[in-house]
Amino acid sequence: MPAVDTPLLAAQSLSKRFGGLAALGGVSLAVKRGEIFGLIGPNGAGKTTLFNCLSRLYECGSGDILFNGHSLLQVPRHGIAALGIGRTFQNLALFRTMTVLDNVMVGHHCRTRSGFAANALRLPFVRHEEHATQEKARSLIRFLGLDALADSRVADLPFGTQKRVELARALASDPKLLLLDEPASGLNHEEVGELGVLIREIRDRLGLTVLLVEHHMSLVMSISDRVVALNFGRKIAEGTPAEVQKHPEVIQAYLGAA
Amino acid sequence: MRHAVEHWQRWREDPWLRQLGYCAAAAVLIALPFVVDAALGRAWVRIIDVALLFILLGLGLNIVVGFAGLLDLGYIAFFAVGAYSYALLASPQFDIHWSFLALLPTGAFVAALFGVLLGAPTLRLRGDYLAIVTLGFGEMIRISLNNLNRPYNITNGPQGITLIDPLAIGEFALNRTYTIAGFTLAPVHSYYFAFLACAAASIFISLRLEDSRIGRAWIAIREDELAAGAMGINTRNLKLLAFAMGATFGGLAGGLFASFQGFVSPESFTLLDSIMVLCMVVLGGMGNVGGVVLGAALLTALPEALRYAGPLQQEWLGEVYVDPSDLRMLLFGLALVLMMLLRPAGLWPSTLRRRELAGGEEPRAGR
Repeated sequence: MPAVDTPLLAAQSLSKRFGGLAALGGVSLAVKRGEIFGLIGPNGAGKTTLFNCLSRLYECGSGDILFNGHSLLQVPRHGIAALGIGRTFQNLALFRTMTVLDNVMVGHHCRTRSGFAANALRLPFVRHEEHATQEKARSLIRFLGLDALADSRVADLPFGTQKRVELARALASDPKLLLLDEPASGLNHEEVGELGVLIREIRDRLGLTVLLVEHHMSLVMSISDRVVALNFGRKIAEGTPAEVQKHPEVIQAYLGAA
Repeated sequence: MRHAVEHWQRWREDPWLRQLGYCAAAAVLIALPFVVDAALGRAWVRIIDVALLFILLGLGLNIVVGFAGLLDLGYIAFFAVGAYSYALLASPQFDIHWSFLALLPTGAFVAALFGVLLGAPTLRLRGDYLAIVTLGFGEMIRISLNNLNRPYNITNGPQGITLIDPLAIGEFALNRTYTIAGFTLAPVHSYYFAFLACAAASIFISLRLEDSRIGRAWIAIREDELAAGAMGINTRNLKLLAFAMGATFGGLAGGLFASFQGFVSPESFTLLDSIMVLCMVVLGGMGNVGGVVLGAALLTALPEALRYAGPLQQEWLGEVYVDPSDLRMLLFGLALVLMMLLRPAGLWPSTLRRRELAGGEEPRAGR
């Protein structure tokens, strides 16, 4: 059992190259339990690459990622969710022809065990498991205010609603750590405000840790406990939102050199 | 439409009406071969038997293409594997005569192995690329069966295997005609019930899988494989499972086919047959079990019904202007094109059904 003060997630000098381009050049960061951790940086800074390394969509070049003190690099991609890491995607990766309910139920896949034969015969324990999965999904759908849409096809819903569905799907895996990749992109001003409240509520009510990649400065700065700024695959600043905002390199990265 | 939906829902919810519905459906299905025999002749009972086999094949391919979204153009190979497994172990070819009770599962199992054999090297492929590989696989199986008569004669090459044992329990063989209390039970009737039982079982399994953890995972893979992986779905195993399951249905159908015909040869398993099964799945409504059943039944019956084009010309026009066999394929192709233009998602698409059951109202937000 790792000590309570080990960070929930630690990236240790993580590198990733795409051909000649170093998308990540030795980034280290540590996310503590229960905090909302913001990751910012201009386009192409390596934020999403870092996310994809964390959820094993990319094989990272060198360095290590520790979750709860254990390395993730030997874990297969489909094992990440079971460890307790849930995520959303920058450009939505919902199962478009499925209903909202089915999407969220797929999110719970890693917490259920029944195999193919048991499902073909629908043994009693499968029925039980199905029922529990559906209950779980419905309660999350309620939590996110999607009750009325549970049986609609995801592709028919507006973008902002789809983002909520994706959040519900990520939460359905009972994550300890939630990775949110630009949750505010494409949302209007009002929706961004609601999102900020929602992310805090998720952290407080479900006791999660949140790692957030976001372009929307006012959102990141208002809800994050700590922020790391990346640029060209390197960490340029780390600290509280106020500290990072005032950091000269951050200002330069966003506004350009004077 | 709305009215019909309400009716349908009431029917679903009332256990009494539902029981009654099942009983009525069972009675119709039991009477069907005898009614058709009396009304249209025995040839049509045989067509129904073949349609039931195609329903099995369609449901198998639906797991691979409809649920998991893996385009398979060589599906008939699994039918061939099942048929030859049965033929080799229940014919004078090697003078082996196993019971069908052992043979049908064996054929299904061997086909499933071939399914994994095809699935394993193609795990990273999707869409067109997968289609090309599966097409090649289907041809490989057919050509192997065609040529495995030298140096050792295994499959008897293009001549095929004859005198295959029928389905039989003790003295009761399905290829003989019995008269029971004035009722004539011809082979086509007996086989009808055997095929019906298998088709019903496969419909049952398909429906249950569709609405399960496994079915949802397959559909998730079809929709977005990366996201499915991130949700903890073991995409490799589930894709292999889809191939194996689809192949199992195909292999079972193959065994039944071999026993029904009493003869198999490589020319029953061509690319055109793979395409036909795919047409049934796509035209009926990919991913929807009811649609696939409908598609298989229609596409089996349609070419047969078009045979009447000749006699009808004779009757109406006085002489036969167009050879019915030419006209048949022409009209068949035309029917396919028209159906795809008018109902691109299939005759009975799966999402429509979902929405109907959900109450028919669709949110219009965001438009």
